[in-house]
Amino acid sequence: MLTFFTELADWLAFTLFGLAPHSKLGDAVHFFIEDTTKIFFLLVVMIYFIALIRASLNIERVRDYLAGKNRFIGYIMGSIFGAITPFCSCSSIPVFLGFTSGGIPVGITMSFLLTSPLINEVAVLLLLSLVGWEITLIYVLVGLAVGIMGGMFLDLIHAEKLLQPFALKAYQSAKPTVSKDTSRSTLPFRDRHEFAKQELLDILSRVWKWVFIGVGLGAALHGFLPISWVETNLGSGQWWSVPSAVLLGIPLYSNATGVIPVMESLITKGLPIGTTLAFCMSTVAASFPEFILLKQVMTWRLLATILALLLTSFTVVGWTLNAINYN
Amino acid sequence: MKEIKVLGSGCAKCIKTAEFIQSVAIECGIPINVVKETSAEAIMNYGVMSTPAVVVDNILMHSGSIPDRKKVEGWLK
Repeated sequence: MLTFFTELADWLAFTLFGLAPHSKLGDAVHFFIEDTTKIFFLLVVMIYFIALIRASLNIERVRDYLAGKNRFIGYIMGSIFGAITPFCSCSSIPVFLGFTSGGIPVGITMSFLLTSPLINEVAVLLLLSLVGWEITLIYVLVGLAVGIMGGMFLDLIHAEKLLQPFALKAYQSAKPTVSKDTSRSTLPFRDRHEFAKQELLDILSRVWKWVFIGVGLGAALHGFLPISWVETNLGSGQWWSVPSAVLLGIPLYSNATGVIPVMESLITKGLPIGTTLAFCMSTVAASFPEFILLKQVMTWRLLATILALLLTSFTVVGWTLNAINYN
Repeated sequence: MKEIKVLGSGCAKCIKTAEFIQSVAIECGIPINVVKETSAEAIMNYGVMSTPAVVVDNILMHSGSIPDRKKVEGWLK
């Protein structure tokens, strides 16, 4: 079914615009048309249907669920909920405080918050259609693992002591929360449709520019970055290429939607999977705007710890994947 | 005069919510005082996890989205 978009791009780029196939510009334009049309089509269809199913899941329910869990299951579920709960980065502070004042350990809350930007239905969908299921699976597993282990580590070092005083106080004086909201599991279809429509408009209005930026960048790399250069300089997974990719990802800020077309392009150019993944995850998860927001509830020391934790894990993941690939 | 607080850490939707409530109030000819609350601590104390949220005369009425017109009119009465 998705070959339709390749044919559409063939026709537009080579017939209508008269660009030569296999020329640099032709390749770039073709990549851009194919990916943007495909991505927007998939986004509209999938966001709507996933939202229909997900209409009864909200952040209050997630908190009530996590509040009663034993620690170990808490990290895993926190990370999984981070992946499936709809969530905009502008809510990360209220969510953090809501969890904390509900008595959920900081580590479990951070499992949720670390996984959240990395994995969501849009990202998984794009990965599946652009880079295939194997890389999608690796990406999802790595994302969950970073969230779970990051959370465990933060509790191990008693990260709650490094919160801002008011947040620490809220955590220590937490009372078990009582759920008031039990009505939404039996939503009628009309309400679900309404929710899904809102969700679709909401997510699209947020990600459309990232699709263009991401695909544009991917297309430029696709058309103009010589394969031979990548292969000679980065192709055999030189050890320093992974930490460099991670560091390069920090000042670059994108969400998962924008970075996946770039990933597609880098992989087809022969960049090793570990290096690619390390770069992309660093771009998505370790971003300055997000960290500045978290400053409201955390001390600099805790923020620096979390940043170091993320950078170290992405580097280790990158090295590991490259090593597996070349041995 | 009713005091309406819009809770939110300054995201686009929170600003829209405040503007929307103000415009509905002007249309209905009801004087209100709309304030934006951006402090993380204050938002936590209302027990809100999804913003924008709306507090009318110190009671939390709504959270998680831009409220629809019917709801806003209901608060103003």
